[in-house]
Amino acid sequence: MGNVPFFPVQASTMAPQVDALFAFLMAITAFFSLLIALLIVVLVIRYHHKTDADRQGANNSHLVLELVWTGIPLGIVMVVFVWGADVFYRMKTVPPNALQIYVVGKQWMWKIQHPEGQREINELHVPVGQPIELTMISEDVVHDFAVPAFRMKEDVLPGRYTHQWFEATKVGEYHLFCDQYCGTLHSGMTGRVTVMEPKDFANWLAHWTRPSGVMTSSGAELFQRMACATCHLPSGAGRGPSLTGLYGKTVTLQDGRTITADDTYIRESILKPAAKIVRGISLSCHRFKTSWMSKA
Amino acid sequence: MTTSAQAKNYITNDYHVWSWVATRDHKRIALMYLVAITSFFFLGGLAALAMRLQLLTPHTELVQAETYNKLFTLHGVTMVFFFLIPGIPAVLGNFLLPLMLGSRDLAFPRLNLASFYVYLLGASFTLAAAVLGGVDTGWTFYTPYSSTYSNTHVITMGIGIFITGFSSILTGLNFIVTTHTMRAPGLTWFRLPLFVWALYATSLIIVLGTPVIAVTLLLLILERGFHMGIFDPALGGDPLLFQHLFWFYSHPAVYIMVLPSMGVVSELIPCFARKRIFGYNFIAFSSLAIAILGFFVWGHHMFISGQSLYAGLIFSFLSFLVAIPSAVKVFNWTATLYKGRIYLRTPMLYALGFIGLFTIGGLTGIMLACLGLDAHVHDTYFIIAHFHYIMVGGTIMAYLGGIHFWWPKISGKLYPEFWGKLSAMIVFVGFNLTFFPQFILGYLGMPRRISTYPPEFQVFNVMSTAGATILGVGYLMPFIYLIWSLRYGKDAGPNPWNATGLEWTTASPPPTENFAEVPTVSEEAYDYRSRPEIGNV
Repeated sequence: MGNVPFFPVQASTMAPQVDALFAFLMAITAFFSLLIALLIVVLVIRYHHKTDADRQGANNSHLVLELVWTGIPLGIVMVVFVWGADVFYRMKTVPPNALQIYVVGKQWMWKIQHPEGQREINELHVPVGQPIELTMISEDVVHDFAVPAFRMKEDVLPGRYTHQWFEATKVGEYHLFCDQYCGTLHSGMTGRVTVMEPKDFANWLAHWTRPSGVMTSSGAELFQRMACATCHLPSGAGRGPSLTGLYGKTVTLQDGRTITADDTYIRESILKPAAKIVRGISLSCHRFKTSWMSKA
Repeated sequence: MTTSAQAKNYITNDYHVWSWVATRDHKRIALMYLVAITSFFFLGGLAALAMRLQLLTPHTELVQAETYNKLFTLHGVTMVFFFLIPGIPAVLGNFLLPLMLGSRDLAFPRLNLASFYVYLLGASFTLAAAVLGGVDTGWTFYTPYSSTYSNTHVITMGIGIFITGFSSILTGLNFIVTTHTMRAPGLTWFRLPLFVWALYATSLIIVLGTPVIAVTLLLLILERGFHMGIFDPALGGDPLLFQHLFWFYSHPAVYIMVLPSMGVVSELIPCFARKRIFGYNFIAFSSLAIAILGFFVWGHHMFISGQSLYAGLIFSFLSFLVAIPSAVKVFNWTATLYKGRIYLRTPMLYALGFIGLFTIGGLTGIMLACLGLDAHVHDTYFIIAHFHYIMVGGTIMAYLGGIHFWWPKISGKLYPEFWGKLSAMIVFVGFNLTFFPQFILGYLGMPRRISTYPPEFQVFNVMSTAGATILGVGYLMPFIYLIWSLRYGKDAGPNPWNATGLEWTTASPPPTENFAEVPTVSEEAYDYRSRPEIGNV
């Protein structure tokens, strides 16, 4: 069966703070739930109609008691409010020396851009022990960039930038999820955050290169790196149709026209996927209003 | 079935179909609502079952992603708008309010019938949207996905929900006027059953809040249909505007769903503890407090939406305040048990289950009101577990408790007590197995609204699906034996529980005009001291 986690790993400076708050709230929840459950069980047993417990002098109101069990919960929640507000304030206050990284969310992938031009798709490499500020925007609908191991998330909006920051404390790989429902492939809009030692990160940055070399191999590398391969599997079993052998083939379009899949067709289909769709292909993959390549 | 010549009651006095279709009798309207909302409950339940089957393995191929998205949308829309919001008010409220007040009907009987047909019209549009291919936006319809990007029947479903809102408004209006103007002589406000207070507070929320969702849906339809820039930034709009407008209603809506259920519990506990409820005034006022405060907390759904920190602080503070009146109710219900004479009949099992599960659900709500914690668990299965603890562990259990408690009054028959107790226990076990693992999944980070997930989440998903199956059995059982009891159940008599309340002073089932003579009230509510024995049940 392997390792079944009950609790997420703590991989950021905020994680222990959030978990401490959670532990306190769990304690309160457990205490009051058990208290009520126990009281109910004890009272039901003791005062079950078949017992001859003393039922004299039962009263139906007691002002002091009401004030006590109003006041104590009020006091407790006020403590929780202040503590939670404090943690949240720290979550919202970006440290001054934060490394800037840019995130663009779109249906259904994450595009990450480092300040010196390195780009990633559905991956985020960061150094440990360094505050990182993410400046985020969406190309289409509302998404949410969420890393449970860091205990943080923030919605990613179209039309305006949102921000969040974190400082990773533990080298490793962590889930990245989209935490705001964003359409058909929302489930698949996942990724990986890789936290590295600073020198490994510097190495990674330095060795990241734009594709170069022979056209076909750089094209193949681009096909992988831009995540076309995620949907357009060679077998045709992916979310998009197989593109194997397409170049030069004669295809019938949805509107009945027959054309050749030449350079122009392929270029147009990359830039405007909805322009000429082959008959028999479902529309669900072609909901891009603008070219996903526009920011490439 | 019948022993001697039965006096005509509201069911038997006219068998013509038209006498049902055009009825103005609040009791018949309540029954028609019962059939309608039960149908939607099973529809929404089937959607949930399909979802839970899909989630049995990390990459099940039971349904495609697009279908899954339509399933959770259908589940949310049917359960929220067509089962939980109308639920207790339209069925138990419609049936019982005039009886509890000692009146012959609601203030506006024809308006009551109209509200049922408005419900059916709205339901038709919504079902049409489902049949035409469904909607995949989630019941929250966030923009600009719903207003620009989704290729599904958003407008049709939006129209359906818009129309159904008016059914709700008309019912709320009817209840408010009835409570003010049609109480029997001697029935002062502080002698009212607490169920009436709960319905009244609920009706205030309905009347004030529902128009906002109506307008919001209208704006959504206008943007989608005519490309008006309201919510989509590409057209000059703001997606957060939609969220504010949507949650301004949809948060008070959860109190529409839960307040009536608390009212039911306030009726069940005194009867089955044979004791006046503890803290009547505090329970009555807490319903009003929840209704009022509930309008000021909607931003807690938007803490990480891009909303400002300062707005978050205010909404968090107020959200903590709104939890306090609910806590007060829980303590008062528990205190009622002290020195009572407790009977663990089926309705009491549901009521006690409500108290425990609502406490857990409410306390996890405290967790979510807490800014520092909500950021981590927002939009995860933690949220799903929280609201299902309240809506299912709370509201639905109270609803079932109420249905069992008043079944003899509604049908004239007793349900089989053994099967009632057994189902209550199966529901309790099934419910916890379904939803408790979801708290763990949520804290681990499993997002909402996904049809595939990382493999390490599987164990808890399997537990949850197993629980859902058990829960389904628990719900199917009352459906079967309650219908069975209509033909084979023992005759109930006017007051099988020996309960207080004017509804128990008339026949079971009641005559169309409710009472032969309008009663006069001279006692406080829940005068169980003078009747310590439960009835002959």
